[in-house]
Amino acid sequence: MSNEASIQHEDVHTAHGAHDAHHEHHHHETFITKYVFSQDHKMIARQFLITGIIWAIIGGFFSVLFRLQLGYPESTFPWLEDLLGHWAKGGKLQPEFYYALVTMHGTILVFFVLTAGLSGTFANFLIPLQIGARDMASPMLNMLSYWFFFLASIIMMSSLFVQTGPASGGWTIYPPLSALGDASSGSKIGMDLWLVSMAMFIVSSLLGGLNYITTILNMRTKGMSMTRMPLTIWALFFTAVLGVLSFPVLLSGAILLLFDRNLGTSFFLSDIVINGKILPNEGGSAILFQHLFWFLGHPEVYIILLPAMGMSSEIISVNSRKPIFGYMAMVGSLFAIAILAFLVWAHHMFVTGLNPFLGAFFVLLTLLIAVPSAIKVFNWLTTLWRGNIRFSPGMLFAIGFVSLFISGGLTGIFLGNSALDIHLHDTYFVVAHFHIVMGVASFFGMFAGVYHWFPKMYGRYLNNTMAYIHFWVTIIGAYLIFWPMHYEGLAGMPRRYYDFSIWESFKMFGGLNEFISFISMIVFAAQLLFVFNFFYSIFKGRKVTTLNPWGANTLEWTTPIRPGHGNWPGEIPEVHRGAYDYGKDGREFIPQTEPVGEHESHH
Amino acid sequence: MTEILLIAIVVMIFVVIFQIAKASEYVSVLKGEEKARKQNNKINAFLLISFLVLGLIGCWWCNDLYYGKTLFPQGAASEIGEKIDLMLYITIAVTGVVFVITQVLLFWFAFKYQERDDRKAYYFPHNTKLELLWTTVPAIFLTVLVVFGLKYWFKMTGEAPKDSVVVEVTGHQFAWEFRYPGPDKILGHKDYKLTKGANGLGVDFNDPASHDDVHVAGTMHIPVGKPVKLVINAMDVIHDVGLSHFRLKMDAVPGIPTTMWFTPLYTTEEMKKRTGNENFVYEISCDQMCGKGHFSMRGVIIVESEADYKLWLAGQKPEMYTIYPERAPKPATTDSTTKQASPIAAVMTAK
Repeated sequence: MSNEASIQHEDVHTAHGAHDAHHEHHHHETFITKYVFSQDHKMIARQFLITGIIWAIIGGFFSVLFRLQLGYPESTFPWLEDLLGHWAKGGKLQPEFYYALVTMHGTILVFFVLTAGLSGTFANFLIPLQIGARDMASPMLNMLSYWFFFLASIIMMSSLFVQTGPASGGWTIYPPLSALGDASSGSKIGMDLWLVSMAMFIVSSLLGGLNYITTILNMRTKGMSMTRMPLTIWALFFTAVLGVLSFPVLLSGAILLLFDRNLGTSFFLSDIVINGKILPNEGGSAILFQHLFWFLGHPEVYIILLPAMGMSSEIISVNSRKPIFGYMAMVGSLFAIAILAFLVWAHHMFVTGLNPFLGAFFVLLTLLIAVPSAIKVFNWLTTLWRGNIRFSPGMLFAIGFVSLFISGGLTGIFLGNSALDIHLHDTYFVVAHFHIVMGVASFFGMFAGVYHWFPKMYGRYLNNTMAYIHFWVTIIGAYLIFWPMHYEGLAGMPRRYYDFSIWESFKMFGGLNEFISFISMIVFAAQLLFVFNFFYSIFKGRKVTTLNPWGANTLEWTTPIRPGHGNWPGEIPEVHRGAYDYGKDGREFIPQTEPVGEHESHH
Repeated sequence: MTEILLIAIVVMIFVVIFQIAKASEYVSVLKGEEKARKQNNKINAFLLISFLVLGLIGCWWCNDLYYGKTLFPQGAASEIGEKIDLMLYITIAVTGVVFVITQVLLFWFAFKYQERDDRKAYYFPHNTKLELLWTTVPAIFLTVLVVFGLKYWFKMTGEAPKDSVVVEVTGHQFAWEFRYPGPDKILGHKDYKLTKGANGLGVDFNDPASHDDVHVAGTMHIPVGKPVKLVINAMDVIHDVGLSHFRLKMDAVPGIPTTMWFTPLYTTEEMKKRTGNENFVYEISCDQMCGKGHFSMRGVIIVESEADYKLWLAGQKPEMYTIYPERAPKPATTDSTTKQASPIAAVMTAK
């Protein structure tokens, strides 16, 4: 068992069989080593989750602020001026700040919440627990991964308070807009902070990703072959591979952009006259940045989505009391999605003047992704079929995830087809599409995970009533917000507009925009209810009294109710079967640790 | 004051929900958690199927409310746009069927197979035939959509017909400029380094081809029924020429000219009748985030009969004469020079 030897010295005792039940108390922990600079993967997971929740509140609140402008363009809100000062003069958001809010909303939710908050939390928490390891391959790098994320958070947060405002060129920060301080006040110091913060974030993501891959490949417990791993682990594995291969490309883009901004280079700049001033830059290409950005940017979508898919697969199977349908097809489709994710980035660039012949390949490869996606959806449906379904809050969110993934995935078929994209690009149709399929769906996967594994994380349950209210308000609200946006998109209404009143073609949606803004405030309030439930239940929730409250097969439920550092007090259990033997041979579930019986049927 | 009241109400609602949530947890513990869980299960199963039914009715209702406001009822205003609308309809039909089937199955299965004491889950780990079925069927449908899509994609991105009307479009923060090649049908050479004062586009007036070029700002005139080719530039940051009525858009990138062509089908006047909107105009929306004035970067296109278009173009004075009045063949009256002042200069001073 190579994993035992490579781990912290205190675990060596157990490797030699000289275990005792108190081994986690061998090294004495101070407050600092236990809660701050912790090297325990479970504590790091909690740190990622709570930091992610804080960011989600900020990012969500920003969307409420700019929805105020979109929903009530004629109104003024004096309290906005109290809160934001000159950014909301007379109680009305200034356009510069509107764009800053839009940009930070995107950046925060895509990177800080749905990348770090989602994979950071669940990869850290679930990988060692579900594959049967005592910790990550390198707990030290794991700790550093969180603290680089924390540093990135501090820098990004500080950019909100600089005089010229945070970055405001959209989360995609296309140069030249993001490269030239003269083009936008958000492209002054705010943009430098954005880029530096993102560089730190990428370091964090790489440290984490390398650790996840190494751990999954090398530290599985005895009997845990790759094809016996739960789908959560497969999904987190592919997520980490995507991140490790694509984030460095964004780093290169960010660094070149920093050079262009501060050192007078011309990687992305050429032929520019701004405010009557002729710039000396020549020979660069603004489109080059978009290639670098989307080479990360598209895999990033799957970095966000795959963990949600993996967790939903696990939760749907557990709560249907049935094996996940087509385990190998599920793994295969994850693999196919991971490969294709690298080959479709230019579908974000159909309107840039891209070579049409090249564009044709990106159309083909993009629409190809619909095939593994369809396999996944039909397999989830078949898993539900003839099950005996328990609607735990986690299960409801997993079902909601599938519903949203279908709705948002289908509109991807419109946008991936270049001839239609030429019409729909950068309209509200796109906003509706990616919010449903990447934003809300991934959030649902994340909520499913939190509700399902909260008992393992904190040894208590979340309050069910609040959970059900949270689910129903969120799914109804999400559809009410984003479904009608497709119609705005089909009317050609462009995204990232501060005000539509001067446009004869787009001004007829005033009532709808007001409705959407109103619903988004209610949905935001429902998320605060979840946050309250989360923190309240950590301290006051109903205590978990059984080892395996959901009747699940996977290894994390064989640990003590509140596992210490090292996870299993005794030896790490050996695995004898896959993770999905539910309802087999008339038994409700058969944990992975149970040896295959003599008379067990084969499938 | 109203804000404080609003916050107080929200806090009150929170407190009430919290109290109910806590009470129901105590009740469930007293009643037996297993029994409470089974009751909750029934309630949620019922809510799921209600959500499906109400959701589908909601989709129908939403379509009823907003279909009229989309671009579909007025029809596309360009030849390629009609093809794109057709493709949109086909795609909506295909995805619509898949949407309804999968959502119905999802929520109906959830409702039908909710936990019951007398039910045992059916052990069904895989079935190769089924999996092959739902690999190949989507693949076939997608092939059809890709073939359609690429056919129109190559048509719209292909070479513009030789007899196209050429207009050069230049975007800058936050307005549009248009340049017509004039009688010689050649646009004069441009160099951004020549941008200075009234020569806002950096036209090289040493190039004879530039002498008859016409420069107008804000409003573009084009003839109906003839192919129009746009040559698209940007001066400062990336913009995008968004033509929703023609179903087209193309980025304007500094340093890298792009092109786009289409054939308008209806004049502005005809569109006023088709849409029933007195104030209808074809608008150019900037569709690529370009700074704080992005939302106000509006251009107007007037589509008119070829005769009207020619008349209009003939009435325009070449840009060279407005910048260098001394080079004009006849001495210009002071009246017309003020009227024809360089559009870009006007825009820049307005800022």
